[in-house]
Amino acid sequence: MTSITGHSEADAGPSGDMAATGRVGDRIFSALATGSGVFVVTLIGLVAAFLLAQAVPSLMDNKASFLTSREWQVSAGDLRFGIADLLWVTVISSVIAMAIAVPVAIGVALFLTQYAPRRLARPFASLIDLLAAVPSIVYGIWGYFVLRDFVQPVQSFVESALGWFPLFAPLTVSGTIFLASIVLAIMILPIITAISREVFDQTPAAHKEAALALGATRWEMVRTAVLPFGKPGVISASMLGLGRALGETIAVTLLLSVTRGTFSWSAFAGGETFASRIANGSAEFDTPLKTGAYIAAGLVLFLLTFAVNAVARIVIERRKAFSE
Amino acid sequence: MAQRIDVKDLNVYYGSFKAVEDVSMSIEPRTVTAFIGPSGCGKSTFLRTLNRMHEVIAGGRVEGTVALNGRDLYSKDIDPVAVRRTVGMVFQRPNPFPTMSIFDNVAAGLRLNGVKTKAVLAEAVERSLKGANLWNEVKDRLDKPGAGLSGGQQQRLCIARAIAVEPQVLLMDEPCSALDPISTLAIEDLIDEIKQQYTIVIVTHNMQQAARVSDRTAFFNLAATGKPGRLIEMGDTAKIFSNPTEKATEDYISGRFG
Repeated sequence: MTSITGHSEADAGPSGDMAATGRVGDRIFSALATGSGVFVVTLIGLVAAFLLAQAVPSLMDNKASFLTSREWQVSAGDLRFGIADLLWVTVISSVIAMAIAVPVAIGVALFLTQYAPRRLARPFASLIDLLAAVPSIVYGIWGYFVLRDFVQPVQSFVESALGWFPLFAPLTVSGTIFLASIVLAIMILPIITAISREVFDQTPAAHKEAALALGATRWEMVRTAVLPFGKPGVISASMLGLGRALGETIAVTLLLSVTRGTFSWSAFAGGETFASRIANGSAEFDTPLKTGAYIAAGLVLFLLTFAVNAVARIVIERRKAFSE
Repeated sequence: MAQRIDVKDLNVYYGSFKAVEDVSMSIEPRTVTAFIGPSGCGKSTFLRTLNRMHEVIAGGRVEGTVALNGRDLYSKDIDPVAVRRTVGMVFQRPNPFPTMSIFDNVAAGLRLNGVKTKAVLAEAVERSLKGANLWNEVKDRLDKPGAGLSGGQQQRLCIARAIAVEPQVLLMDEPCSALDPISTLAIEDLIDEIKQQYTIVIVTHNMQQAARVSDRTAFFNLAATGKPGRLIEMGDTAKIFSNPTEKATEDYISGRFG
């Protein structure tokens, strides 16, 4: 919301602030605000430093290629571990979850803000928010005992129709990546919906009226005014959801069949994500070198979510000139 | 392409509140008609009934008829979307689509009408921007955001956007109230030019503006707060400003109230 016509003192930012009087209240507040900012940055730096410090000795001892190997052999004296399959399963499960959740979330948010009568919108929105309050272990159990039976026929159908495509190759695994993706999609749906709803709701009436006055139908109004206005918000929301999907542990650990030694590009394979591998391996955290191998995997997950957020920032930043 | 408007016995409501009562008037093609009156007298509300934008507000409804070249805009078989494609509107605050370039802003209405050919769009954009006296200022930066223009330029952009679809009637709701005098003058000159082609209805709080730009003037007033607004008097602008029939009109114009 920077001004178009010029810059006022108030816009000038924190440096060269003429309004600071040096009074006690001012100084306390400025110290608190600066302190909080520094604290968060330091915390992230420390987490990164911890992960690095713990991971590096194991990585030095690693006899396999960390990035390209699919081995995971962490018994003492013979460290051979790589993350190739973990990276694939983590990314593909989250991407499928996003592919399901984002369109649904946008649809729900549009329905709530543009189509639903006000009386209905409020309770409906609370209901969606409630999805976020369900503990992830419950999603895991539900997915395992209930959803799996419903997903099975869908899987069989896709396998028989598109089985020639590596991503849909038929396999005989019960806890598939596909199943985990659906549960992940449901888990990230509320956060994406809530933020999208918020930004769609803030579309200025002037923009909507501009579209309507040109003879736009409701959907055309949504397309010309609401969606472009909400796009950066939807991207941020999706990235938050993606961050959660990438790191989700307990539900995924429960759902995915561990299939070590076999690997397939299929979404109907089992496997492990970074998070579920670490959770499954928690019994092995006995020597620093073993633990380090798992922490190295955690470090990659950390960097992955970091990269996702950075990309989202760049996307939003690039469109900024058009969104004021 | 300009068309006449005949309003008969129109009542305008917000829910159960009657905002405008019993308005009948005729607006001739290729004229500029100004609506004046104190705040809250319903002139903007009434204006928005002329392209069915009033219904966009929750609870908004009307009774009576608004006929465009003899066809009632409110008859059951008429689609409000089609009405708005024929009767364009410019708002009080410039409202270009912020995510769109200057070009896309002007082309927006045509694209809604299904025009996709690049050459046709480019031709229409140039014609409309020229029509809105904005072409020379923006022709080198059509791909830049419309929100980066000055307020007056933005308002002319909105006029270009509205005339790009070649409407029959152009409604303007206080189009200069957010602009400086120079930009206001530019818009007034523009109104004078485009009235050759369009029927123009303008709501204004600025009586000099009404006197300068309009051929006919309608004065709206309300008896008291909470009472519906009414059309007090309508006539040639020269007559309304020099020799109005109603006492209230004279009082308002001479600055005794409002």
